[in-house]
Amino acid sequence: MSRLAATFEELSKTGRKALIPFITAGDPRPDFTLPMMHAMVEAGADVIELGVPFSDPMADGPVIQRASERALDHKMSLRRTLAIATEFRKTNQQTPVVLMGYVHPIEAMGYEDFANAAQRAEIDGVLTVDLPPEEAEECVALLKARDIDPIFLLAPNSSDDRIKKMDTAGSGYIYYVSLKGVTGAGHLDIADVENKLNLIRANTRLPVAIGFGVKDAQTAKTIAGIGDGVVIGSALISKIEANLDDPERAKSEIIELLKSMRQAMDS
Amino acid sequence: MTEKYNMPDERGHFGPYGGMFVAETLMLPIQELNAAYQQYLDDPEFIAELDADLKHYVGRPSPLYHAERWSRELGGAQIYLKREDLNHTGAHKINNTIGQALLAKRMGKTRIIAETGAGQHGVATATVAARLGLECVVYMGAVDVARQSLNVYRMKLLGAKVVAVESGSKTLKDALNEALRDWVTNVDNTFYIIGTVAGPHPYPAMVRDFQAIIGREAKQQCLDQAGRLPDALVACVGGGSNAIGLFYPFIDDSSVKMIGVEAAGDGIETGRHSAPLCAGRPGVLHGNRTYLMEDDDGEIIETHSISAGLDYPGVGPEHAWLKDTGRAEYVNITDTEALEGFHALTRMEGIIPALESSHAMAYTMKLAPTMRKDEIIIVCLSGRGDKDMQTMAQREGIEL
Repeated sequence: MSRLAATFEELSKTGRKALIPFITAGDPRPDFTLPMMHAMVEAGADVIELGVPFSDPMADGPVIQRASERALDHKMSLRRTLAIATEFRKTNQQTPVVLMGYVHPIEAMGYEDFANAAQRAEIDGVLTVDLPPEEAEECVALLKARDIDPIFLLAPNSSDDRIKKMDTAGSGYIYYVSLKGVTGAGHLDIADVENKLNLIRANTRLPVAIGFGVKDAQTAKTIAGIGDGVVIGSALISKIEANLDDPERAKSEIIELLKSMRQAMDS
Repeated sequence: MTEKYNMPDERGHFGPYGGMFVAETLMLPIQELNAAYQQYLDDPEFIAELDADLKHYVGRPSPLYHAERWSRELGGAQIYLKREDLNHTGAHKINNTIGQALLAKRMGKTRIIAETGAGQHGVATATVAARLGLECVVYMGAVDVARQSLNVYRMKLLGAKVVAVESGSKTLKDALNEALRDWVTNVDNTFYIIGTVAGPHPYPAMVRDFQAIIGREAKQQCLDQAGRLPDALVACVGGGSNAIGLFYPFIDDSSVKMIGVEAAGDGIETGRHSAPLCAGRPGVLHGNRTYLMEDDDGEIIETHSISAGLDYPGVGPEHAWLKDTGRAEYVNITDTEALEGFHALTRMEGIIPALESSHAMAYTMKLAPTMRKDEIIIVCLSGRGDKDMQTMAQREGIEL
């Protein structure tokens, strides 16, 4: 059983939901990421989504765009992101790590080389924002052959047919983008999310993590009541951005926010 | 080529290129767009409205002009210019914006967005939005806003909101990113008019089909005026919409050479250029797989060209396919050479070309003398140079 499947199974036994923080590798600088990953696990993270910076993050709002730019300024890359994940795995065998990013850096490395490198780094899942199942066959086959879960997105306007498509192509979990827009945008309409989750659940048995627009403990709790996991990204990266001259402070603010979410979700 | 050219496939692939590499939220809108496009492509009423607009509003057909003096001077092939510079708004861009705007209207969209580099596509979009009474927002890199202030003013006069994009390299590719972000947020009421043969399927095929009127007219005009097909076609390639518009109707005519001219900027060897077909490699950007300019880590790198309209790290996926199959050839022209082309056409024929088109002129100056006097080159004069007066004056140290 994959580390992701085991994690979601374990959580469901105890009636808890997955807390899934997202940070961009190398933001605000490369040496920040590894200790931050360990600290997030201590604060209650069940899965870590590690963003691979890209020069043209088309689906991201300004907060994650700037995170990418800061990371690229420090020459962070897919290769270096994999190196961080390898280091993380040396002292943490439990927590799944999911790479999240855009397809171009993966194409530049070559699908097969990437799949081999991800396997060596013991990556558990790969979420490629701009690689829908229609274009993903080759990549998905290479990942699945190495027991890496390809994770796909669903959106408010995804049809039942597409939900079935993600169910077939994907594994690990499905990431439900809870609003039309870019990361970090707007306010969530909880009723809409609930309705859509019912449609998704009717078409897949994969766990569903919900992201985009989760900013505080209260929202995390509400979302945890609907999905199997809560993804939080821009709200964490805002803490990094607010403390660029003091990364230690950014770290403690992130931990504080994650702990408050963990507590709210478990209560 | 023995079989009739029939690209792309139903999912937008030109061989390994093209496709639909978009985030999930955009999947439905591009499928809806494709459905609408397929429906109206063969709808007599739609075609009639489009043709009437192209005739009475754009001013088509555009002339095919035999540049006799310039041909004589160069001493080789006969040069014919396809005069897209004479279209309303001054470039070929409006052929496409008219078509997409009519589609938007039929799809019930009330808001138009666009990206622009030099501002020609932004102006052409603002123009059709004004005419149809649609809200219009144009995304433009902050660097381009500064160097193309005249076009920014034109767009504002036409009622468009121009948003200066401050992210990334602050040029055309970042404007495209920002337009995609707007679209993903406002998919319900918004139609995204992409200005070139890039983006996810169906854009590369749709924009090509709207621009193919350039080649259809040129083919007939050449037959009428010279009594035969041309021997070579030359057009500049940024995203490549004027080039594909000229090439497409000739693809099955294997005797006709097709040559796309990329921007070599300071020279390919300096790395400061915009020539992905000549010096890039395949990858995925803005919804399609194509040749891109990138570094070893796969990050898209900054491009350079004196002409803002060619300053783009990618190129339409059909050009990538035509390159790989050898049906078209892609060459490059430096900034300095482009300026020679600019001056040559201006002084020799009394036509001031856009800096983008000047790349095609400069290559024609190299090509024509190598050909016989009874051979024919059609060059796409994709736009007029009015918008470049500031850039030119600055480059040549003249104060306006």
